[in-house]
Amino acid sequence: MTPILKLLARALLKGPITEPAPEQAEIQELADKIDASAKVKLGRSLVIRAVDAGSCNACELEIHALGNPLYDIERFGIHFAASPRHADVLLVTGPVARNMAEALKRTYDATPGPKWVVAMGDCAIDGGCFKGGYACLDGVDKVVPVDVRIPGCPPTPSDLLKNLLALLETVR
Amino acid sequence: MTETNQLLRLLKEFPLAETHRPWARRIVDFEAWQGSIDLLAVSDWDFLGLWAEPQATDKEKFQVHMALRDGENTTVVVVTLPLEGLSYPAVSTVRPGALRLERSIADLFGLIALGAEDMRPWLDHGRWPVNHPLSEAEPREIAPFDYDFLKAESAEALHQIPVGPVHAGIIEPGHFRFHANGEAVVRLETRLGYVHKGIEALMQGKTLLEASKLAGRVSGDSTVAYAYAFARACEAACDVEAPPRAVWLRAVMAEIERLANHLGDFGAVCNDAAYGIMLAHAMTLKEKVLRAANKAFGHRLMMDCIIPGGVAHDLGKEGMAQIKAMQREVRRGFERLAQLYDDTPSLLDRTVGTGVTMASLAHRFGTGGVIARASGRSIDARRNPGYAPYDELDFDVPLEIDGDVHCRLMVRMAEIRESLALIERFTDGLPSGPLTRPLPAQEGEGMALVEGFRGEILVWVRIDGSGRILRCFPRDPSWFQWPLLEACIDGNIVADFPLCNKSFNCSYSGSDL
Repeated sequence: MTPILKLLARALLKGPITEPAPEQAEIQELADKIDASAKVKLGRSLVIRAVDAGSCNACELEIHALGNPLYDIERFGIHFAASPRHADVLLVTGPVARNMAEALKRTYDATPGPKWVVAMGDCAIDGGCFKGGYACLDGVDKVVPVDVRIPGCPPTPSDLLKNLLALLETVR
Repeated sequence: MTETNQLLRLLKEFPLAETHRPWARRIVDFEAWQGSIDLLAVSDWDFLGLWAEPQATDKEKFQVHMALRDGENTTVVVVTLPLEGLSYPAVSTVRPGALRLERSIADLFGLIALGAEDMRPWLDHGRWPVNHPLSEAEPREIAPFDYDFLKAESAEALHQIPVGPVHAGIIEPGHFRFHANGEAVVRLETRLGYVHKGIEALMQGKTLLEASKLAGRVSGDSTVAYAYAFARACEAACDVEAPPRAVWLRAVMAEIERLANHLGDFGAVCNDAAYGIMLAHAMTLKEKVLRAANKAFGHRLMMDCIIPGGVAHDLGKEGMAQIKAMQREVRRGFERLAQLYDDTPSLLDRTVGTGVTMASLAHRFGTGGVIARASGRSIDARRNPGYAPYDELDFDVPLEIDGDVHCRLMVRMAEIRESLALIERFTDGLPSGPLTRPLPAQEGEGMALVEGFRGEILVWVRIDGSGRILRCFPRDPSWFQWPLLEACIDGNIVADFPLCNKSFNCSYSGSDL
């Protein structure tokens, strides 16, 4: 048997490795905390555009992890889009480096409404350990309105997943 | 008399900085700086870094430091030129890898590299509220600069493709400007600096522990390697060695980080050649590694686990068992993927012969890491100059010579196996004892080179008498890798750029600082 057939046969025999969804109660609790600026119902799907506004790239690693077969975020109807014009949500990382502020604003402006902004990570919330420098604006909310804040350095994929599902809950 | 000795002989005339450890720092005059540059032109010394700081005696005046390493043995030397005015002879004329560092020094300090070919601003996009933030930091109007991209000329019709700073994938921001003739790339120019956070300025005045957190966030994927290099530099400055158990635990973490990142890169490169199944499987393995790291050290990426003086987290019995289980699983799983890679001609067709990096360029730019080792340049900071505990071990530094995407994958694959073996040896031989040793609050300068998954990371620190950072310069391997990406894409098709880019996987944050 060729390696690819072995791999596929293994996957068939062993079944999916994807893990169960987070507890509904936990998601509801997070959903209740969200005070989303846009109050439109979207249904069961959410399209995300990730914007790195000066992160150290650790947050990007954990966003990537969401796509692996163990978390498999796409099963919940959450997709990542290449263009902000296809997105409902901007997932923003980093303290907003001044050199990225205009790009972030323009990405936000290019996103059609209704739209939501998620600030991911301690530095996206208030600058975190990069606070107070000449080169950062210390928080995503200094440039665009923020609906959801996910603390952590970086937030774990499960934290991220729960918060995104909570957002999906509020717009459903 | 060899060239090597000529440079050392030239420098020997000049005074040593007494508190600089572990390598010598020589304070030279203008002629000797120029003389060193002339000697670099005809020798194989590696250029390791270039940075500036105010002079100790007169804060209005500056000095520039350049770090060099003898290509043949482990001699590292730092050459310092105290400046009278605001300029110094450029190093980039003989070591082109220095060019962007010189442009950054001009942005941050207002110091000009005389004779440098390119004087365009690099980190400064005209969007900061101050001029030269690391020297006079004069307030100014915010007015974004126009950037004068290089032109390409050809008898054929060319078109430009601007990409970024916000890219299509989940990656860091930067701007790529392609000149293309149809599908063929004629010139690629990168413009970076978008994620400049002012880390060097933020570190100043911080305690070693606070600054260590920042060092661990210069490039998040290399957080262990940065904290490792920073800790070693601080320990060198204070003339203290971390206790043996901490030394070994650091190496365990460093190899786990290398393993995780190489697995991710391996999958991602295959994915960019439209072979998604490899990404799915490789990312599953990577997740197992990160979860084991989390169980063993309390953080998936092991952030802030290495601190100046030692480590912040011990490895318990349970953690050890998790790492052992992860090793077995990843080893088996990875060999299946390696076989699949070898057995898939459609994938090999995309990687073999794509994005060739010439060994001569890797040498000229002082490139390290996977990119260098895939082009026949055998360089690894774990071996040269070497540091504990690697200097006690014999281990393989894999080498390929063709310099294409395939070779970069082959080097990563060999290093995955080597890291798995090293993790086993480190955890088996873990000495017992304390985890930290206190660092005395004393003045000093220290430097360290640590091999991250991307290449060698240099950290240089100057600490004041109260144990705070006066100046820290972290140099990411990407500084000397980005220029090679521009070169290797020449003549390739635009559609192969993601493949080439991913096979390099340079850090934006690491070189933007």
